[in-house]
Amino acid sequence: MARLNVNPTRMELRRLKDRLKTAERGHKLLKDKSDEMVRQFLVLIKENKRLREEIESEIAEALKAFSLSAGAPLDVVQAIALPTLTASITVGTKNVMGVDVPYMQTKRVGEVELPYALCSAPAELDDAVLKLTALADKLLHLAEVEKTCNMLADEIEKNRRRVNALEYVMIPQLQETIKYIMMKLDENERAAIVRLMKIKD
Amino acid sequence: MEKIGKIAVIGDSESVTAFMAIGATVQKVSDEYQAADVLRKLAKTDEYAVILVTENYAAKMDALMQKLKEQPYPAVLAIPSANGSNGFGMAGIKRDVEKAVGVDILFD
Repeated sequence: MARLNVNPTRMELRRLKDRLKTAERGHKLLKDKSDEMVRQFLVLIKENKRLREEIESEIAEALKAFSLSAGAPLDVVQAIALPTLTASITVGTKNVMGVDVPYMQTKRVGEVELPYALCSAPAELDDAVLKLTALADKLLHLAEVEKTCNMLADEIEKNRRRVNALEYVMIPQLQETIKYIMMKLDENERAAIVRLMKIKD
Repeated sequence: MEKIGKIAVIGDSESVTAFMAIGATVQKVSDEYQAADVLRKLAKTDEYAVILVTENYAAKMDALMQKLKEQPYPAVLAIPSANGSNGFGMAGIKRDVEKAVGVDILFD
């Protein structure tokens, strides 16, 4: 490992020792952060997987029901174009281990019921619409969890680079430079002593 | 920071029309280029909290999806289309695990 390009002086030595101390402390803190992030990530990613599996099958079902209803000779699109409930979400951000992740809360405006007269649409449509309405909340929850996982994964990766840079580059470099300066100073001191002894002779 | 967000759905008309019923903004597109344009436009407006994209288009504009993952909003989510799932959403989870842990520990 290359040592830093500095002058071997006492002042520089003290400065480097301070830097080494900071680097070691930073390394420990970042490592702890990494551990905790991975723990939280694992909890979230399991939930993410479970939710996605559920939702994928449920959406497929709902969409199948919907495409069945499209076969009927009634105008399906017109029936659902004016929904009784509007999906509005209160969004904010929440901080998980220093990462800003989305936080959503659904607020239902309107009643959960079919947005059309029963005679204007086929029965399969009722099924599809009810299924999708039930899915909406879950879908939002999945969006929140999946986004959190994405961002945590990114952050874990970044953090790992930082930890490694400190552990394998910064700290060894500092240690080697400190050692080099100490050797150099000791050598100077010995040279001075020898010189004095020679003069005395 | 609290505000009201909306839901948008991007996909082929067969898959997305149904989402009108839950009050989402529905954007019908016919190919992945159009889908990418619409997604970019919606992401810029800052009005939408959740954007659902059907998997058949999402898989083809992976780069854009990855880019949008970096900011908290909007949350872009791949959903199966009317023709069923092609595994893109699951692949995303797998990729996250690999990125964070180094190896895939969920699907083996």
